[in-house]
Amino acid sequence: MKRLSRYRRHRFAGPVLLVFALFMIGTTFSVASANTRLAASVMSRTAAIDEGRQIFLKGCSSCHGLNAEGGKIAPSLIGVGAAAVDFQVGTGRMPMADMSVQAARKKPAYNPDQVAALAAYVASLAPGPAIPDQQVLYYERDGSTAQGGELFRTNCAMCHNFAGQGGALSRGKYAPTLMKATPTQIYEAMITGPQSMPKFGDKIITPSEKLDIIKWIKAAQNEPSLGGASMGRVGPVTEGLLGWILGLGLLVGIAVWLATKAR
Amino acid sequence: MSSGEKVAGSVANYVDERTGAAKWLKKNLTKVFPDHWSFMLGEIALYSFIILLLTGTFLTFWFDPSQREVIYHGSYLPLNGIHMSAAYDSTLHISFDVRGGLLMRQIHHWAALLFMSSIVAHMLRVFFTGAFRKPREFNWIIGIGLLTLGIVEGFLGYSLPDDLLSGTGIRIAEAIIQAIPIVGSYLSFFAFGGPFPGTSFIPRIFTVHVLLLPGIFLALITVHLMLVWYQKHTQYPGPGRTEKNVIGYPLMPVYMAKAGGFFFVVFGITAFLGAVASINPIWLYGPYTPGQISAGSQPDWYMGWLDGLVRMAPPIETHAFHHTISWNILIPGVIVPGIFFTFLALYPFIESWMSNDKREHHLLDRPRNAPNRTALGAFGITFMLVTLANGGNDLIATHFSLSINQITWMSRIGILVLPPLAFFVTKRLCLSLQRADRELVLHGKETGRLVLLPHGEFVEVHEPLTDAEAWTLTQHEQLPALELPEVDAHGVRRPGGLRNRFRTKVSRSNAEAIAKPKPDDLKEIEHH
Repeated sequence: MKRLSRYRRHRFAGPVLLVFALFMIGTTFSVASANTRLAASVMSRTAAIDEGRQIFLKGCSSCHGLNAEGGKIAPSLIGVGAAAVDFQVGTGRMPMADMSVQAARKKPAYNPDQVAALAAYVASLAPGPAIPDQQVLYYERDGSTAQGGELFRTNCAMCHNFAGQGGALSRGKYAPTLMKATPTQIYEAMITGPQSMPKFGDKIITPSEKLDIIKWIKAAQNEPSLGGASMGRVGPVTEGLLGWILGLGLLVGIAVWLATKAR
Repeated sequence: MSSGEKVAGSVANYVDERTGAAKWLKKNLTKVFPDHWSFMLGEIALYSFIILLLTGTFLTFWFDPSQREVIYHGSYLPLNGIHMSAAYDSTLHISFDVRGGLLMRQIHHWAALLFMSSIVAHMLRVFFTGAFRKPREFNWIIGIGLLTLGIVEGFLGYSLPDDLLSGTGIRIAEAIIQAIPIVGSYLSFFAFGGPFPGTSFIPRIFTVHVLLLPGIFLALITVHLMLVWYQKHTQYPGPGRTEKNVIGYPLMPVYMAKAGGFFFVVFGITAFLGAVASINPIWLYGPYTPGQISAGSQPDWYMGWLDGLVRMAPPIETHAFHHTISWNILIPGVIVPGIFFTFLALYPFIESWMSNDKREHHLLDRPRNAPNRTALGAFGITFMLVTLANGGNDLIATHFSLSINQITWMSRIGILVLPPLAFFVTKRLCLSLQRADRELVLHGKETGRLVLLPHGEFVEVHEPLTDAEAWTLTQHEQLPALELPEVDAHGVRRPGGLRNRFRTKVSRSNAEAIAKPKPDDLKEIEHH
């Protein structure tokens, strides 16, 4: 100590001490802060899973089983991933309103935080597709509408109709309209294959092609009614109805008027 | 005489001296036509046809009927850079880059739908009033020809833009052609110039659509109208109207004004529809590629019944001698429509065979006074409605939350049960209406005025019909059923016994009626 204290009035003592102190403070801060962040995220994730489990036990377990193992009337949720939960619960399809052939889109029963908690819980059971975040946000920049249209007509239009208006499937099931779907939901639907929809993995439709499709669907949602009233964009059925009822109706009305004798 | 009249007179005289037109015009401009709104349905068809010719000519200025592959770089960005046929590309060009092009396309298509629906409405009027009877059988057959060609022409027009929807339609047409036994695949190769889709079909149907069929239409329409002119128009029964006269207004000036005005009304309404309601938005469908299809692909309504028939057919196929016969397409796509149109075309002859009525008729029937015919019409309409509804089974399923399988089964049962039911119900309704007419003639109209007689009895005062009203309700004739004796005067069985028995039976059903009131009936009531 004495030897050390001999240098305490050395002209470099001050700067050396300053450097040492800065190093120590920095190191301590980084270690301490890293520790708290990790601890906090572990804490909140556990809390979310716990909260999700509570919601699950109240709202979902009567059909999906107490441990999401599935039952006679509902599939197992082990391994479906957060994306599936976010899609099904976030669009209000789950919990189902009744035991009809297909869960319909409706007002979600849970708020976004609760949906996230449920998703965290289900994701904690086994690995599965995660909720897409970054890649979806860039569809506007990275996607191509025209390319998306080609992909949509090849892969999606056979069920969802040429303009994304939806269509009939067998025995009362249906491909829903895409006019309300958000980019995240479209992406989730493609990677999880909800209900009757097939799964479109990244080998079948690559992530960048998925962005094309999303961009096209967004364009279709905002498609202006060129040429007048679009009448549902379901093809010639509504056109025929309008032709008979309004077109011929008006003409017959005028014919009756023309043939009326002047009084 | 003013100088203007002088000039007009000398021009008319100049023309008349060379053509002899004055005599002809004098005779024909005063020709009398009866007045009724239902006589104007055929006019709608005629005017739609003129609109189709005009707008169609406009469209040909830019349409490129070719299946040559091009890359789109037009105004509609969602298709930018997409490979497509020149036909589709030029239709997009007409829609977005030609001034007024989209409006013209839409007027053309709406006019086509109105053309077909007014033909059907006109035909129903002719059928239900018996206007097809002698001497108008040929005109009826020409009408059936126009209807059938109209369906084909409409389908070809729907197919020309080579969009995803029209390509799907062509694919189904190809399947129907191929379903014809033995020659089907040869016919298909002939039509497409090789395997589907090839590159020849669009150019070929373009020529048929803009040249061949419109030419045939013009010829048939001319003959149709000349026959109407020559045979004179039928009229509804009423006082003073007989089989030998026509009560109405002269062509000049009344019908010149009415018909001329009506043409502009029809043009106005098609233009209105074309301006406010989108039709066949091909840019949404995308270009045709055999690998793609859209949910809810439908044809235009006049083909919808055919599609509905094919959709309800159960999957039956037979394999024999290295050939597959697809009954599920052959029956609904070829055989049933064939029977339907043949029956329709032959109906005037069938009816005269049933009633044994070979006389001319210029007075129309009130539909209730021909119960069997009216019921047959209801049979046909119901048949068509069931098939048409099934043609839209997928949209009915999604929009009314129904199962498409159940709709298909309902149609399969409905197509067998509902038309006969409609026949039965309509026939009974007609006979009931005849009873109501009889009641009305014999007892007059109920006035709702109750009178208390001195001895306490209440009676409702009935007001007798005017002579004109009574005439209209009783002018029709009721032919007795045909009775073909099985044995001749010598007690020998006549040849063709089975056929005669059948004809007698059908004739009896055809002649079923409630006896119309006779003067004696009225006298008897007055006597009371």
